[in-house]
Amino acid sequence: MLKSAEKILAAAVLAGVLAATGIAIADPQPAPGKAVAAKGETDKARQAVNVPAPAAAPAPAAKPIALGRPALAEEITAWNTDVRADGEGLPPGKGSVKEGEELFLQNCAQCHGEFGEGAGRWPVLAGGRGTLKSERPEKTIGSFWPYASTVYDYVHRAMPFGSNMTLSADQTYAIVAYLLNLNDLVPEDYVLSKDNFPKVDLPNEANFFDDDRETSEKAFWKKDPCMKECSGEVHVTARAQILNVTPDGEAPKGNLE
Amino acid sequence: MSETSLPPTERAPGAQPSLSRRSFLNLAGVGAGAAVAVGGRSALAAPATGEPDPNIVPVPEWTKTLGAPVNENPYGKPSVFEKDVVRREVTWLTASSQSSVSFTPLYALDSVITPNGLCFVRHHGGQAEIDPDKYRLMIHGMVDKPLVFTLEDIKRMPGRVNRAYFLECAANSGMEWRGAQLNGCQFTHGMIHNLFYTGVPLKTLLDMAGVNPKGKWVLAEGADAAVMTRSIPLEKAMNDCLVAFAMNGEALRPEQGYPVRLVVPGWEGNMWVKWLRRLKVGDQPWQQREETSKYTDLLADGRSRRFTFVMDAKSVVTSPSPQAPLKRKGPNVLSGIAWSGRGTITRVDVSLDGGRNWTTARLDGPAMPMSMTRFYLDFDWAGQELMVQSRAMDDTGYVQPTKQELRAVRGTNSIYHNNGIQTWLVRSNGETENVEVG
Repeated sequence: MLKSAEKILAAAVLAGVLAATGIAIADPQPAPGKAVAAKGETDKARQAVNVPAPAAAPAPAAKPIALGRPALAEEITAWNTDVRADGEGLPPGKGSVKEGEELFLQNCAQCHGEFGEGAGRWPVLAGGRGTLKSERPEKTIGSFWPYASTVYDYVHRAMPFGSNMTLSADQTYAIVAYLLNLNDLVPEDYVLSKDNFPKVDLPNEANFFDDDRETSEKAFWKKDPCMKECSGEVHVTARAQILNVTPDGEAPKGNLE
Repeated sequence: MSETSLPPTERAPGAQPSLSRRSFLNLAGVGAGAAVAVGGRSALAAPATGEPDPNIVPVPEWTKTLGAPVNENPYGKPSVFEKDVVRREVTWLTASSQSSVSFTPLYALDSVITPNGLCFVRHHGGQAEIDPDKYRLMIHGMVDKPLVFTLEDIKRMPGRVNRAYFLECAANSGMEWRGAQLNGCQFTHGMIHNLFYTGVPLKTLLDMAGVNPKGKWVLAEGADAAVMTRSIPLEKAMNDCLVAFAMNGEALRPEQGYPVRLVVPGWEGNMWVKWLRRLKVGDQPWQQREETSKYTDLLADGRSRRFTFVMDAKSVVTSPSPQAPLKRKGPNVLSGIAWSGRGTITRVDVSLDGGRNWTTARLDGPAMPMSMTRFYLDFDWAGQELMVQSRAMDDTGYVQPTKQELRAVRGTNSIYHNNGIQTWLVRSNGETENVEVG
């Protein structure tokens, strides 16, 4: 059963909703001896407007919740495939640029191009160095990605598109080696393995920095934005229709990948 | 269509153009910017000629015929007159329809909760179809007790909560960085929805596993063919994230992650991992593909901001907009939505002259933190050209910037997190376009 405070709250929320539709409802029955909302009720009211709910978690003294079961080691192994930037998670194995080239041509080139140049709208994987400040940056493994580990992790987990999780560890090492070679990061005779993987640095790593909008964009926190005569004459400077890229129209290449 | 459904009424020659949603949609088309009839005869319900309204005399058929039985549609469907209110794809944006997006028809919606069937869809490897009896959620990594939960376990968990939150894709409005492109708020702003979620706090599950004090991040992983992964700071995971199994009171839709998705309030949609199968606690982020090569914000100087999780305050006028042109002079209701990942929307200002002068709009319905808020401006239109804008403010004091202000600090290569002020040009015939002003 609902506690009385919850009843009042539910009724109050409902009343608010119904008020907008013009439906009148009776005042909720006040709880006896509770003219002023106690703190507990205030907290409940706050929950109703999306405030995080520590009260929803079990009380500290509560006994453990008897749900779930221990995960078995082999179950964890089966799903625990992620690889971190420091190499944690890399499985034993190795693969050469040469082996990778063959695998890439068989499994990847139809979308990404024989040299990682990309086909159609599929991602470009190689080249693009020096384009990040340009009008049309080309964000490839060599030009943009900060960590080589991401390539292993992603290829092994989610590629090839449409037949993911079919590549062995050795095959994945080989494909990553080939991609690194396409980006001029390792020589043609390179053999990538768990041991030498952490030594591979990608050139753009240093150009990433953590979110700093609260300081770098502090100007957007303005107390009183202008309300009257905020600018001179305003003119239309560009129209979507002139660009003619609305759906069902002409179809240029988009930038959502 | 059922045999008991009635066709749209025939209109007598010379009758008023209908104000019905149906003809409005036919006129508006899909971002076609179709011209609409404005002016001419008055929009009053009763013709001035004294001729009776053919929708009153004779009495309409539907009033004289038995309607459809109660269980005609056991699940239920919108009116046949609303058939154009659907999600839409922009096929040329992406390489495949399995790794693509379908947009919410914001122009046709009101209030603050998005209907389940109209919530935008973004997949990276297609929609997984998961048998709820075979669903498993694993928690492991830097925890005392690695655990496996079934869906039943999650539904039996104490402390179930209901919370309304918006989910906005970080790339919403991403096509507009270099200038106005897509003609319709469905396409410029339609990668957002706002739902009531039912689930359990993620904290409850993490506490059961016992997080190691050195744990700082949680990797969330999906069970789809993209095996979507994102690193989430433990502090956020313990604060307000939910493991949700219902949306607007019913089971999650498959395209929204059935049977279980992660809810990460106020943060970019990609982190709300659908078909959630694994949570791993660690002491550093995993630098996954969707937090390095994607979902990082390339700035004009060639550097890139990462872990830009929070969705800044943003708003858009949904009507009038290119798919919802103005149809009549005189009284009109301007309507729109505002939201902020940093807190609660406190105010929305509307400009009808491209940002020179502003009027504070009326907020109506609940204004909850990290949830969509509805605003209105009731105005009289004399048929003059309008440059419609809206500007959202949240309770941290953040004011939605203009596109120029945003480009000045970020350039135009960011793709993500475009929350600049949108301008719709309403022409004197009511036709409405996506424009840039200066």
